[in-house]
Amino acid sequence: MHAYQLHGYNVIVDEQSGSVHQVDDLAYFLINRYQNTSRPELLRAARFAFPNEALSEIEDCIDDIESLEKAGKLFSNDAYDIELARKISRKKPVVKALCLHVAHTCNLNCSYCFAAQGKYHGDRGLMKFEVAKRSIDFLIENSGSRRNLEVDFFGGEPLMNWQLVKDTVAYARSIEKAHNKNFRFTLTTNGIGINDEVIEFANREMHNVVLSLDGRACVHDNLRKDYSGRGSYDRIVPKFQELVRRRGGKNYYIRGTYTHFNVDFMNDIRHMLDLGFRELSLEPVVCDPSDPYALTEEDLPILFRQYEELAQCYLDYFDKGDPFSFYHYNLDLHCGPCIYKRIAGCGSGCEYFAVTPWGELYPCHQFVGEGVYSMGDIWSGVKNHAAQAEFQSCNVYSHEECADCWARLYCSGGCAANAYHASGKINGIYAYGCELFKKRMECALMIQVALEERRQQALEVAPTFALKVPATVCTGCDY
Amino acid sequence: MKRIHSLNTRDLRQSAKTGGCGECQTSCQSACKTSCGVANQPCEKEAKRA
Repeated sequence: MHAYQLHGYNVIVDEQSGSVHQVDDLAYFLINRYQNTSRPELLRAARFAFPNEALSEIEDCIDDIESLEKAGKLFSNDAYDIELARKISRKKPVVKALCLHVAHTCNLNCSYCFAAQGKYHGDRGLMKFEVAKRSIDFLIENSGSRRNLEVDFFGGEPLMNWQLVKDTVAYARSIEKAHNKNFRFTLTTNGIGINDEVIEFANREMHNVVLSLDGRACVHDNLRKDYSGRGSYDRIVPKFQELVRRRGGKNYYIRGTYTHFNVDFMNDIRHMLDLGFRELSLEPVVCDPSDPYALTEEDLPILFRQYEELAQCYLDYFDKGDPFSFYHYNLDLHCGPCIYKRIAGCGSGCEYFAVTPWGELYPCHQFVGEGVYSMGDIWSGVKNHAAQAEFQSCNVYSHEECADCWARLYCSGGCAANAYHASGKINGIYAYGCELFKKRMECALMIQVALEERRQQALEVAPTFALKVPATVCTGCDY
Repeated sequence: MKRIHSLNTRDLRQSAKTGGCGECQTSCQSACKTSCGVANQPCEKEAKRA
């Protein structure tokens, strides 16, 4: 059970059942002491702390807490975890997503690039069509009965191999029906190569488009320069605006990275909003701690306040009828993932692989170039069975450090690559990232509580209007 | 309940009985990709969920 207060809300999270409760001050006081205090002691303590509350009110509240406990929605235990984890690790892997590295090269020279300017610490190269075609076949052959298949065109910069992207989409579309598959494509781009034709194709074929922008021009151009040292902001922003304008409501993300140089990242979020974008993502840089732009321990409290400010900004925009989406604050509490997904996590090395321009398989894009995690290739399949077994057994319960973390079923143990680079093992953790993640989850859950409160208030005064308020209670699913 | 308002959340324990179809989107939490995280993805099971 995790209890916290944020922006005037008292929030209780029962992580094992997935329950979330908004409570008043008395209930917050009682819940925080309930497990370690006898009922008479609890009553005495509450009467002392809340002298204006009637005894019957306190007793009623304790009764409510007891009934929630009995219903498994508060203080629920952890009885199913080990058996489910075993079940998941024994399951035969089904591949459902590939990250195609269509270009190990880039037309930008961003300082913080994890992929070493697109080369992944290796040779430059462009994927050939026979490799992309075989990748699609490999995905279909290994996807079992799974219908929705995802392909992410990644790099480097994928627009540097644009014809291949188009040819690959055409090939996949030409065979998907015969195999009863539905391909969902994503394009991740720095925007330099966007033109009318790219916009038209991407908006027709891409399920999602991820557009890299760090925020304010000075922030963006400080790290996202071309090889002549010139910033890229002025060249990409009008293109992103045009692409989004013509996207017709389909998924996209303006995706940025914040670093030690812009721990005031709310100014970058506000800048993105001012540019007209409403689907936003801003991620903390992950890099060597010795890099000048690396986030520091001293940055953490500043970043926490920024996330709180972002949560308030989210609600302010919602209240004025101009809502935006922030990737890490999007939660689907009612129709979200089942416990299997929450335990298993991302599926890298089992359900998901990265494919290099030469057809090599890696557990994900973050592991490309790590020889010990070279998994095989698209022609002969996975050959590194020891590595695959390691990834398959990597789940939320295989991380010792996660055992007592309230947020573990929201992150599934976190990113294996971040854990590997920070701790030397995929079952370790990236502790700095954990701190940020937990803060983001507190903000995201508080937003759900606040939206539910707005919906309840609207229901009281105008039931018809209230239906327009996005609800934490889904009205359209088949539960 | 007067002082406790419970949001309508998916019962994770119940989902242990009927979940696990595997149709959900691949999630990714690495900083360089914004595709989908575990916490914020929808369930895609077509049949009745629990």
